[in-house]
Amino acid sequence: MSGLTGIYRIAGTALNAQSRSLDMIAQNMANSQVVTGSEETAYRAKRPIFAPLLEQASLASGETSGVQITSMAESQANVERQRMPEHPLADSEGYIYLANVNMVEEMTNMVQATRSYQANVEVMNTSKDLLMRTLALGN
Amino acid sequence: MNLLDKAFGISPAALMLRSQRSSVLAANIANADTPNYQARDYDFSATLRDAMQGTTSGLAATDEGHISLVDKNEVGTTMYRLPTKTKQNGNTVEEEIEQAAFSENAVQYQTSLQFLNGTIRGLRLAIKGE
Repeated sequence: MSGLTGIYRIAGTALNAQSRSLDMIAQNMANSQVVTGSEETAYRAKRPIFAPLLEQASLASGETSGVQITSMAESQANVERQRMPEHPLADSEGYIYLANVNMVEEMTNMVQATRSYQANVEVMNTSKDLLMRTLALGN
Repeated sequence: MNLLDKAFGISPAALMLRSQRSSVLAANIANADTPNYQARDYDFSATLRDAMQGTTSGLAATDEGHISLVDKNEVGTTMYRLPTKTKQNGNTVEEEIEQAAFSENAVQYQTSLQFLNGTIRGLRLAIKGE
């Protein structure tokens, strides 16, 4: 489906994807202070993986219509460890493991996701305006 | 081409194409963060010329057994945009350019609507004979 009515779905999928992305960012920031007793269980920042959403009818022409989050990747950044023998979660060598969340990175991702969200809202508003004018054609 | 089509001229085809282009540009904006996504757009004047001549720039169905790849209601084919810069993830969508193109396209759509409205008003006047 193409044309102005199709835009609602395209922009809608983008709004959905960006809000899920914002969800993950909020989760990362909320868990930035989480401490664990081993490197494997340490909290790792989550990242959305975006992919174009292909519609069945438009597969032949290769047209995309919208976007989706296909999977979630974990940040590969190093997990920092701290020597704190008195900590209740410390391992046998006295280390605790911090979350690998970088606050600056999360904040920039948040700004980017917010701007993408706003751009898609703008697209929706403009299309609505054009559709309403088309409906009023000849009046 | 019947009389009414002649009266409306190029505007209906332009309107159709503008609405299709807006959906392509919306898909570009929606995929601004998608890795390896290639931004697309129409070559507007070439596509409109094809639409007016009744030809499409895609593969022609020269035999009854041929299956058309393009929707009958759709005209033209999209092409990949040549980016001025590529992002690290291979994405070629440049948000500002896409937003500018989208808003320019919206204005052009309204222009075509305005022309159509003028024609309709003129036709009404002629029919009523006032």
